[in-house]
Amino acid sequence: MSEGDNWRHFSHDADVGVQGFGSTVESAFQNAALALTAIVMDPREVRPLEEISVECTAPDHELLLYEWLNRIIYEMDVRRMIFGRYDVKIDGDRLTAVLRGEPMDNKKQDLAVDLKGATFTELKAAQENGRWVAQCVIDV
Amino acid sequence: MRVSMDLGRFERINDYTWRIPQSGNMRVPGIIYASEALIREMDDKVYDQVRNVATLPGIVKASMAMPDAHWGYGFPIGGVAAFDPKHGVVSAGGVGFDISCGVRLIKTGLKRHELEGRMERLADTLFARIPAGVGSKSHLRLTDDEMDAMLTGGASWAVGQGYGKPEDLERIEERGRMEGADPREVSERARVRQSPEMGTLGSGNHYLEVQEVGEVREPTIAKAYGLDAGDVVISIHCGSRGLGHQIGTEYLKLMAIEAAKHGIHLPDRELACAPINSQIGRSYLGAMRSAINCALANRQILTQFTRDVFADLFPHAKLDLLYDVSHNTCKEEQHIVDGEKRTLFVHRKGATRAFGPGHPDLPDVFKEVGQPVIIGGSMGTGSYILAGTKESEALSFSSSCHGAGRAMSRTQATKKWQGDKVIADLKGKGILIRSPTMRGVAEEAPGAYKNLDEVVAAADGARISVTVVHLKPLICIKG
Repeated sequence: MSEGDNWRHFSHDADVGVQGFGSTVESAFQNAALALTAIVMDPREVRPLEEISVECTAPDHELLLYEWLNRIIYEMDVRRMIFGRYDVKIDGDRLTAVLRGEPMDNKKQDLAVDLKGATFTELKAAQENGRWVAQCVIDV
Repeated sequence: MRVSMDLGRFERINDYTWRIPQSGNMRVPGIIYASEALIREMDDKVYDQVRNVATLPGIVKASMAMPDAHWGYGFPIGGVAAFDPKHGVVSAGGVGFDISCGVRLIKTGLKRHELEGRMERLADTLFARIPAGVGSKSHLRLTDDEMDAMLTGGASWAVGQGYGKPEDLERIEERGRMEGADPREVSERARVRQSPEMGTLGSGNHYLEVQEVGEVREPTIAKAYGLDAGDVVISIHCGSRGLGHQIGTEYLKLMAIEAAKHGIHLPDRELACAPINSQIGRSYLGAMRSAINCALANRQILTQFTRDVFADLFPHAKLDLLYDVSHNTCKEEQHIVDGEKRTLFVHRKGATRAFGPGHPDLPDVFKEVGQPVIIGGSMGTGSYILAGTKESEALSFSSSCHGAGRAMSRTQATKKWQGDKVIADLKGKGILIRSPTMRGVAEEAPGAYKNLDEVVAAADGARISVTVVHLKPLICIKG
């Protein structure tokens, strides 16, 4: 899995870069999250059986992206869930989101690798060429 | 886009030592230990990262990179940097997310021929009883008090809980217990994240591998280690799991925000650091040392699970530890600099400590020959045990490499290989793979990794370590 409609992976030696694109910062964040899921398994194959709500804050969009992706990684780890759908709202320095997914089961799903954390490497949340780009490298 | 290294910017000290002269904001020179072939293959970003580390306050002697250096986070993977305790910094980026990821080598007392006809059953049993893969958990759950005890006690705590023997501790760095851990600096989120993960292997490049000692290159040292050709041994490669990852995440952000308050200019935000002599520096050290203990406890528990399997299948086997080494740490150590003994905080990011002969911190059994340095390779190509050298103290603060590094991205690997075919091919070579993920196997295909032979040869050439034995893979349990 390396590319979806509005997300892609980029190379970083040992690990994986995620990029989400969108006409709004929220959609770029949603698509970066789909790229994050895709490191583990195809997000299109994740069933939206359960949902959780999260929120996080940060003083700028880049730190907010860092917080957002690391929050997803935390929730995946503690709930043993994989998420395939993300609905994000950003209001100033506050992000709220609903994550939908299902429990992890490596007997039924091909779960490639654990996510350790989103890093500051190649961290960007900015408008480029008329669209928002949200990206960073994920330590796996 | 990957750009290869331009050698024109280096001074060639010898065939295996390349110096980046001190310039601009660098406080010390850079040194890369590698053959010409290896350094040419390195991404140019390694040069930038070695230079960036050299700008950090209180750095002593040089910013170094080992022969397996590649593009990392702030520090290159394979980076080594030592800092003065009064004027220097500690960097969460210089340790990484998988704090105290490391490898332990266990001897079995068995010879290869004793596994004939029993390999499949051993592979299946290990796969059933070693928790591995994404989302895996063990039966262990610690209360708050037990978690604190584990975070301060490390492998020593685990032995006290019945996981292993007291004599194991002599064969683990820090005697199995990192001093200076402060569980109060470990967040609730890190504890919750760790809760189901005690005694789990993880995933990605983490593994438990049954191996055969192959070529013996240094017979005297091999004999001191109790290793002979044909011996069956076991390597366990994993780290501090969710707890370490969460600590890395939290402190990286804290330090990145705090750096400016301490007058530290970060050429790269990922170099996030704080003065060792500051509240946040002390907090991080307390948390990081707790994570080291978590990793040591984790590998100790996995060792017991492995002993239980062998007790059932090979009751006459005797599983004794050779050594346990970590490769993502910052440790307070004594080193000689310009003839003077100094206390330094040594970061090793994807680099392994390699104390040489005579080092006072070594167990007696290793004092004459230097400590074992266990270097994991790919599933198909095998691993190495090296020994620390006396020269490595002056050259690299007693440090050497930790592995080969990837030759291509995970995405490229999955385009090139299919997991079930990789498993079939390796089975044809007598290597059994068990993993819950076929995509994960493809990502870890042998061809996805660089040539470890060249890396250890360069470490030999630079005299930062010496190759003792090669280990051939027999069974790999991959998470």
